[in-house]
Amino acid sequence: MSVAVIVFPGTNCEHDAVWALGDLGADAELVWHRETDLSSFDGVVLPGGFAHGDALRTGAIARFSPVMAEVERLAAAGAPVLGICNGFQILCEAHLLPGVLLENRDLRFICRPVHVRVEETDTVLTRSATAGDVLEIPLNSYEGNYRGPTDVRVAARYCGPDGTVDEEWNPNGSMGSIAAIANDRGNVAAIMPHPERAMEAVLGSTGGRTLLQSFVDSLTPARV
Amino acid sequence: MRVTVNVRRRPDIADPQGTTVARALRDLGFDVDGVRMNKEIVLEVDGDDPAEVEARVAEMCTQLLANPVMDDFEITVG
Repeated sequence: MSVAVIVFPGTNCEHDAVWALGDLGADAELVWHRETDLSSFDGVVLPGGFAHGDALRTGAIARFSPVMAEVERLAAAGAPVLGICNGFQILCEAHLLPGVLLENRDLRFICRPVHVRVEETDTVLTRSATAGDVLEIPLNSYEGNYRGPTDVRVAARYCGPDGTVDEEWNPNGSMGSIAAIANDRGNVAAIMPHPERAMEAVLGSTGGRTLLQSFVDSLTPARV
Repeated sequence: MRVTVNVRRRPDIADPQGTTVARALRDLGFDVDGVRMNKEIVLEVDGDDPAEVEARVAEMCTQLLANPVMDDFEITVG
């Protein structure tokens, strides 16, 4: 199963994403944002970073990169599409996911491990997890404060180590402590913390493995 | 032709930067009820017909300069 990991000018988490997906058995490959054909891929990951230097708004310019038409095509065909951090912001700007990511409530760049609780499991990000699972994953963002429709499908929320969801454990002011969402079909999902950085116990935690395993398990041979 | 676009976050969308600036102003002793941080974008565009130019810039706003999910915009031509 092959995954295109898209690289925009300013993307900086692409190698971690390729390594993590490879570790889970997928054949992941870097794809430059000017590529216009993703027909050989079974899924897409938009990794973290600062595409186009976050000019104007995070994700605003990346949305118009040539490769995005292909990402939209794969998403429409039901292929798994995952955005991580800046990738989340890009998917929102591209209207492949609802809502927007605002500056963090306290105007601080947050770079520390957080806990998230798995909510809906009918998404490419959470399929292999169980609702209520608490995962420790590093958060690394300035615009992670989600605002969106009240009926958005929530894949994970920020929580305490015991799974408690309340404002005390909400790191960035995100609506309903939302950390990850999906579209109605469940094949397009995005998460603000970085699962690709939570793959090895020796590096802090393995909380990201279940989530990326879900994504890899969701891949089926190219349908488009 | 010079066109000025004012991009404003809609009133129902949080503005953490504005909230922080309001707090700082109050700390300085100023009586401030609220602050919103807008974005002014100044464009130089070709064209003689203000209505046509405004329509073109409105399209730029819809596609790129503003995010319809959270922003309103106002265009001033000339």
